[in-house]
Amino acid sequence: MKAFIHHFMFEFRSGVRNKQLLLMNYLFPLGFYLLMGFIMPSINPPFLETLVPALVVFSVLASTLLGIPDPLVNARENGIFRSFKINGVPSISVLSIPALTTTLHLALVTAVITITAPLFFKAPLPVNWINFVIVFLAITFSSACISVLIGVVSPSSRMTVLWSQIIFVPSMLLGGLMLPYNMLPEIAGKAARLLPASHAMNAFNSLAMGKAADFSPWGSVIVLILSGVLAFLLAIFLFSWDNRNTKRRGNTLLAILVLLPFVISIFLK
Amino acid sequence: MGDAVIEVSHFQKKYGAFTAVDGISFQVFHGEIFGLLGPNGAGKTSTLECLEGLRKPDNGSLKVGGVDPHREPAKLRNLIGVQLQSSGLPESITPNEAMKFFCAYHSVSPRFDLLERLGIQIKQNTQFYELSTGQQRRLSLALAVAHKPQILFLDEPTAGLDVASRVELHNLMRELKAAGTTIVLATHDMAEAEEMSDRVAILLNGKIVATGTPMEITAAGAGLTKVSARTQNACLSNQTVQFPAVSRQITKEDYEIYFSADISSTIIAIITHIEKHKDILIDLRVERPSLEDRFLEITNIGGAN
Repeated sequence: MKAFIHHFMFEFRSGVRNKQLLLMNYLFPLGFYLLMGFIMPSINPPFLETLVPALVVFSVLASTLLGIPDPLVNARENGIFRSFKINGVPSISVLSIPALTTTLHLALVTAVITITAPLFFKAPLPVNWINFVIVFLAITFSSACISVLIGVVSPSSRMTVLWSQIIFVPSMLLGGLMLPYNMLPEIAGKAARLLPASHAMNAFNSLAMGKAADFSPWGSVIVLILSGVLAFLLAIFLFSWDNRNTKRRGNTLLAILVLLPFVISIFLK
Repeated sequence: MGDAVIEVSHFQKKYGAFTAVDGISFQVFHGEIFGLLGPNGAGKTSTLECLEGLRKPDNGSLKVGGVDPHREPAKLRNLIGVQLQSSGLPESITPNEAMKFFCAYHSVSPRFDLLERLGIQIKQNTQFYELSTGQQRRLSLALAVAHKPQILFLDEPTAGLDVASRVELHNLMRELKAAGTTIVLATHDMAEAEEMSDRVAILLNGKIVATGTPMEITAAGAGLTKVSARTQNACLSNQTVQFPAVSRQITKEDYEIYFSADISSTIIAIITHIEKHKDILIDLRVERPSLEDRFLEITNIGGAN
């Protein structure tokens, strides 16, 4: 436990000390929040109603998808995991600690957003804080575990960027952050359900902000949690300590299984 | 010889069709420094990585401290310390954090004294990427020995170190050996291997081509002993003079240098020649073939002398 705490504390400090992680954990989400807060309500006044959840979801996607996978790939490529293995660092710590520390950074960013949004932009706050926390933890868990899985299966930093952007960019366009889900064409709406952001926005709007749900909000929470569990289990199964090991326990294509809960969610009412 | 703490028997490691290590066997005994030498691609790293539990051997058996490195990694990790050739630490970790981090995973108290001993205490709060190569390697060594392992694997430990750090590292290795630590030293530095190792094995194309003490290995070669002589009146400079057992002669600065297969007969003949010409011997040096000479002879890179 002591070792886990030392490991956690080091990773947490790295999240601020490392310039790339500082950008992804704090500067990019908070900078984007201020930019959107000042610009979007004047262009699109209804956006103010969902400013807090939309910017929280954006922060989660930025910190996890853009922040977690690359350090994992670099650590494997630079022999850091080899050193960890020799010294008895368990793979579950290697994979869970980046997700946990990112969750803590995101909690701080979310606190800044929820405290300042009503003051700066007169944005409404959640009406149900417990549900807000539950949905926040569900989307963070899902995105962090998917990001860990991307880091595990990506052979290089370049591929990491590709995989992360395949989720990040559509999430911005279809995930309900900028444009409400009910304004999407039907086929785009179905495609949007393959994205964690759509489920997070659906659950946030309905369970925390007191608005109507586009589909089952608790179903969305369950999909997020299931995808997180599945992603983490796949990450442990496919984890390789060493870039020079030619054999893995399974084919990296197995990672696609993480989409299963999202595919099933297309049928949620 | 003491008890064997590392036993390698018919060990083979393949990568696809390429055989990196081809059925080698050797033992390393308690408290000795065992040098593993060989040119790049000889199979040193594959051997070390299998002994460290990082890779699975394809054939043969490996025992490290009585433990199978591949099947019993949990038992292995407190038995061994490893200084990897690549630094293997996150770039933003500080020496202090690294010491706490690794010692916690080995369930021992942090050894900050080692940071002081290896001259990195003043950099204890500096991020790893800001340390010099030498400081990174010294930190890596401090972490490898912090939990007082029975067996220490050092891969090119002095690469990138300045002279003072190198001496300090060698002193530390001697102390560890005196305390009963068994050390496996993989190095390209033949002088280091000759100075520090009790026994060495030379690997070539995945096979052990020579093993023994550095003295035994150098003595077994066809290497010629170098006899250098300098006299007041340069009576040896006459290139037509032939001495027994000398196969080659060169002149360097004021010295005549003879490569001899039988030094006693060569030296007696040189001294007789000097006396005969009423000259005065100023300097006479005899240099046995070094481990490096023998290594080059075996690996056929440069040929001996």
